[in-house]
Amino acid sequence: MKYTIRILRRDRGSTESYIQDFEYETENDSDTAATALTSLNSREALTDISGLPARAIEWECSCLQKKCGACAMRINGRPGLACDAVLADFGKNIIELEPLRKFPVICDLTVDRSILFENLKTLRLWLAQTSDPSDKMQELAYESSECLQCGCCLEICPNFYAGGKFFGMSAVPVTTRLLAQMSKAEYKEISRLYSKHIFSGCGKSLACRDICPKKIDTEKLLVNANALAVWKRNGNAHFARSVNNE
Amino acid sequence: MKRVNIIGAGISGLSAAICLAKNGTACCLISSMPSERAQSVLAEGGINAALDTMGENDTIKEHFDDTMKGGCFLESASAVKILTDNAPEVVMELFRLGAPLMSEKGRLILRNFGGQKKKRTAFAKSSTGKMIMTALIDEARKYEASGLIKRYPHHEFAGINITDGSLDSIVVRDSRSNEFLSLAGNTIICTGGMNGFFEGMTTGTTQNTGNAAAILFDAGVEFADLEFIQYHPTTVGITGKRMLISEAARGEGGRLFIMRNNEKCYFMEEKYPELKNLMPRDVVSREMFFVKEMPECPGEVYLDMTELSSDIWKNKLSDLRKEIIAYLHKDPAAEPIAVSPGIHFFMGGIRVSDRHETNIRGLFAAGECACKYHGANRLGGNSLLGAAFGGKTAAEAAMKDMPDWSEERISFEQSVSSPSVRSRLKDILLGGLGIARDSTRLEKALDESGKLYREDITAIDRMRVRLGTAALRSALERKESRGSHYRTDYPDKNDKYRKLTVVKSAGDDIILRFIPADSEEKL
Ligand SMILES: Cc1cc2nc3c(=O)[nH]c(=O)nc-3n(C[C@H](O)[C@H](O)[C@H](O)COP(=O)(O)OP(=O)(O)OC[C@H]3O[C@@H](n4cnc5c(N)ncnc54)[C@H](O)[C@@H]3O)c2cc1C
Ligand code: FES
Repeated sequence: MKYTIRILRRDRGSTESYIQDFEYETENDSDTAATALTSLNSREALTDISGLPARAIEWECSCLQKKCGACAMRINGRPGLACDAVLADFGKNIIELEPLRKFPVICDLTVDRSILFENLKTLRLWLAQTSDPSDKMQELAYESSECLQCGCCLEICPNFYAGGKFFGMSAVPVTTRLLAQMSKAEYKEISRLYSKHIFSGCGKSLACRDICPKKIDTEKLLVNANALAVWKRNGNAHFARSVNNE
Repeated sequence: MKRVNIIGAGISGLSAAICLAKNGTACCLISSMPSERAQSVLAEGGINAALDTMGENDTIKEHFDDTMKGGCFLESASAVKILTDNAPEVVMELFRLGAPLMSEKGRLILRNFGGQKKKRTAFAKSSTGKMIMTALIDEARKYEASGLIKRYPHHEFAGINITDGSLDSIVVRDSRSNEFLSLAGNTIICTGGMNGFFEGMTTGTTQNTGNAAAILFDAGVEFADLEFIQYHPTTVGITGKRMLISEAARGEGGRLFIMRNNEKCYFMEEKYPELKNLMPRDVVSREMFFVKEMPECPGEVYLDMTELSSDIWKNKLSDLRKEIIAYLHKDPAAEPIAVSPGIHFFMGGIRVSDRHETNIRGLFAAGECACKYHGANRLGGNSLLGAAFGGKTAAEAAMKDMPDWSEERISFEQSVSSPSVRSRLKDILLGGLGIARDSTRLEKALDESGKLYREDITAIDRMRVRLGTAALRSALERKESRGSHYRTDYPDKNDKYRKLTVVKSAGDDIILRFIPADSEEKL
């Protein structure tokens, strides 16, 4: 199978983007966008589709197994993980790779996602004391801890923009885990920040639910976090801890 | 100002940073990518501690014995003793930080793991590393907010300056701005295993390029036991890497077989009736290698998980099943999966004392980049433990005698590694350092690495070839079989070699010597 890998590129320090096409041929049906990028970059002299020399493509990857979130990008128009994007599944020969748009581009497909981590700090998401794990909450804490902080949910969210007051879905799993495990004394401040930066800005489009590469049930986590932080009671999700019982 | 530099933000780097912060000591946590992307998030099966919650009368002494035996008595007993003594507290601390390890009424549930007769491995389905990392990342955030931990999350280790056996400074490159920083102060290396020497052939991440190790070796840092490379028995090739099928699959009842004269032969169960499929990894990988060489067994080795109960699939291995279906388009609950050994862990690395000091004053190392605790073969579940405990121990040592810390922007010449040289080096190393080794293969590999070294290659590639050569030399000089190092020309263990293979660079030469595993030799 022969593919054209079409990449929206940008040189380091530049503000201009340009499109460059590369030819990629493979017999392996399970090759992903990550395989194609790795293979292009391992060519001793990379040339574009018309044979002109091209510099190596900058992109981030680490686990190649959908477990670290490094390789998030737009693939044929939708945010996703390059190591999870099987080329054959797209049913077409042109694969378009672009950097995520909600974050500043560093170079080619690499973007600066530091806002994700900064926002978690602003939300004061940590345990002041150690957790008091109850069996009931372990499953919820597990599910929340699966979040990769890849940024795909923010990319698709109609309400999130970097630097805005609304922090988006990527902060919700962390909040859910901690609310599930922290003591009531710590609750108040986090609840206030959660209401300000998540609850009041979320338009419940739930586009994040369909895009999450880990298939985290974002709606369930949201309902739980809202119940705990905003309504101070059990949500309709069966996992939520009863605050009154504490 | 006093501050400690930590390079690497996986479980060992985070543990070091949190320990320093708790003690009020500030640190710089430097890593090429944020912690969420470190290899530690990949760890699946679990973390060991003799917590004895399963009614099997497990003891710390047995954890110690299994670790020493699994490592073929190559590690110092004092180090393994401190590790296993502290294991229950290390694991309970992670649990208290909120890592959702599987538990019942506050007591951790433990599972069976290779090389251990009793249930001793705490776990969170098959995503133990991810769960532990999430808890540590959240804990570190507390100290980031208070300024005690300062992250440098897109910074690559680029160089080191050493004078008279003491660390002067390290150099890091900001991969966003391409600027170089020189940082003085005590430094802990936590850069993980040397996967990048075997690109595409390991279960780990692409981020651990091995460049940090190559630079340190070139600068005179001593390494030990580089010949000990763990091949995990149950891996499958997916594009770009080997995907691990966790030992937990066998811990929960998965069985290995090969077709022999058209019948299923459970070769591990036949030969090892006690531990069966849960023999240490070196043994299982080697048996797979041997059985495949037999003319009556022409096919692949399969891992049969079809007998596992639906309860186990649901509660203990659901994510493993999902992953196998996603990448192999096969359901392990319905059909056996063809598996073969793949490179998984590096027992060797930077030589450190029990306090995690290196031979360079002011430089420490912990986690998979260091040679500690695992001897000739690491037991599953001991490496998360060694990384968590090692990071903390290194931090405690680095807090003492702290010189002044400083940061300065500098200009620096950094060379780039070429894909073709990396690929050639990989082929050379695979030729010499496979599951079965002998002097002919090793000498051929050394000859080829020597040629590559003399070619016109970049400085970093030269350093990489040098470290690869040191690993080949170590394997050639160890004229015995022990743990993961198996020599067909010396198939038996020889206690003359119950010693660490220490290598050090000196100009263009590599000095190699053997020292007793529990040597008190001052580092
Ligand atoms: C698939 C898989 C499953 C595993 N399962 C288990 C298990 O069940 N139980 C167990 O005990 N062990 C397991 N292991 C092993 C264990 O996960 C690792 O040994 C351990 O996590 C290593 O932690 P670490 O802190 O040493 O390094 P890592 O987590 O590898 O972190 C290395 C850090 O160094 C940084 N870094 C690397 N190079 C540079 C550089 N040049 N400059 C700057 N930063 C750099 C990286 O960014 C990263 O932050 C598994 C390993 C794999 C691959
Ligand atoms: S490389 Fe880790 S998620 Fe793709």
